Amino acid sequence: MQNDQSPSQLLKQGLWQENPVFRHTLGICSTLAVTNLVVNTLVMSAGIIFTLSMSCVTVSLLRHITPMRTRMMAQTLIISSYVIVFDILIQAYLPDISEALGPYVGLIITNCIIMGRCEAFARENPVFPSLLDGFAVGIGFSLVLLAIAVVRELLGFGTLLGFTVMPDGFTPWTIMVMAPGAFFTLGIYVWLVRSFSMQFDKK
Amino acid sequence: MENLNPGTLFFAAIFTNNILLTNFLGLCPYLNMSRNIRSAFGLGAAVVFVMTCTTVINHLVYYRVLVPLHLEHFQYIVFIIVIAAFVQLVEMVVERYFPALYFVLGIFLPLITVNCAILGASLFMIIREYTLTQSLAYGAGSGIGWLLAITLVGAMREKIQKSGMLPKGLEGPGITLIITGILSLAFIAFSGMIQIQ
Repeated sequence: MQNDQSPSQLLKQGLWQENPVFRHTLGICSTLAVTNLVVNTLVMSAGIIFTLSMSCVTVSLLRHITPMRTRMMAQTLIISSYVIVFDILIQAYLPDISEALGPYVGLIITNCIIMGRCEAFARENPVFPSLLDGFAVGIGFSLVLLAIAVVRELLGFGTLLGFTVMPDGFTPWTIMVMAPGAFFTLGIYVWLVRSFSMQFDKK
Repeated sequence: MENLNPGTLFFAAIFTNNILLTNFLGLCPYLNMSRNIRSAFGLGAAVVFVMTCTTVINHLVYYRVLVPLHLEHFQYIVFIIVIAAFVQLVEMVVERYFPALYFVLGIFLPLITVNCAILGASLFMIIREYTLTQSLAYGAGSGIGWLLAITLVGAMREKIQKSGMLPKGLEGPGITLIITGILSLAFIAFSGMIQIQ
């Protein structure tokens, strides 16, 4: 299926209509674990945007010579190569954050969004739209991550990006830093977005 | 982590450090396959088997091959290839010799290659420097923990589906995430018993 949408349509689609987290609930494995601090989330998002855009470009470049039967394996290898590059980069320049993210950087490989975009879009489309699609979906994904991280850090620590923003008498909601907080936050977001878009679609 | 008893680690991996409820791994298949208890259990059982074996294989590959050759950076690529190859192999063997089992587990096996819990278990094992026996205990424990979580949620979703009282927007992933949150809250109660990092 050749895609002849304009760049702006592609962007809009990635950000909202095909938003991976809200529409398909894909790729949230690595999403939730890193969202207790905004800083970690930003680095993780950068990793996902980088890996997703570059993998889409590579898959798209190789689309005529990749045999159908082994394409999944080829895509996995392409994705892992970029993840390794990103991992080495942050180990070199941001060692603290690399430590905090731990195995979750490596787990970008099994993030279904990346494979999903390669399979659904980049495999059949030229390079530039693929890059745009990967980038837009990556940004859409990161915005959701950030939305969760802001809520969790604000309520869990009373800070944003490490700066205290809540008033002195504020008691941190420890639960938001722990695992259940992430599940609740994402659950409520998914609920809100789905309810809104249902009303929107009706009109 | 030299002195940790494998039995303790096994228990901790199931309850206090449940790979799904505290480390968020394997959520995609978890959300999409937990519609009923039958498929939830099938997928869970396949995960237990694959996770136990691949953790051990990856441990051997990492310490026997990658470390002597100083290729630690390639761990991601190597692990994912090991997992994919193992799943493929198991699928062929099961299909050929155990058709009844293939009928139950067969459709779940390909899904497992992209299950982040499997890769996650291998990566945790390397980061926490487990020995071979500890890795075996950790892999098996994590797998069983995952099976436990997905089966519980599968059962709850089945009941909720029947009640039919949910708001439209909350159906499906929304309510599953909230149930998971409550479940994860319940599992935190275990954490007083043992702490592994």
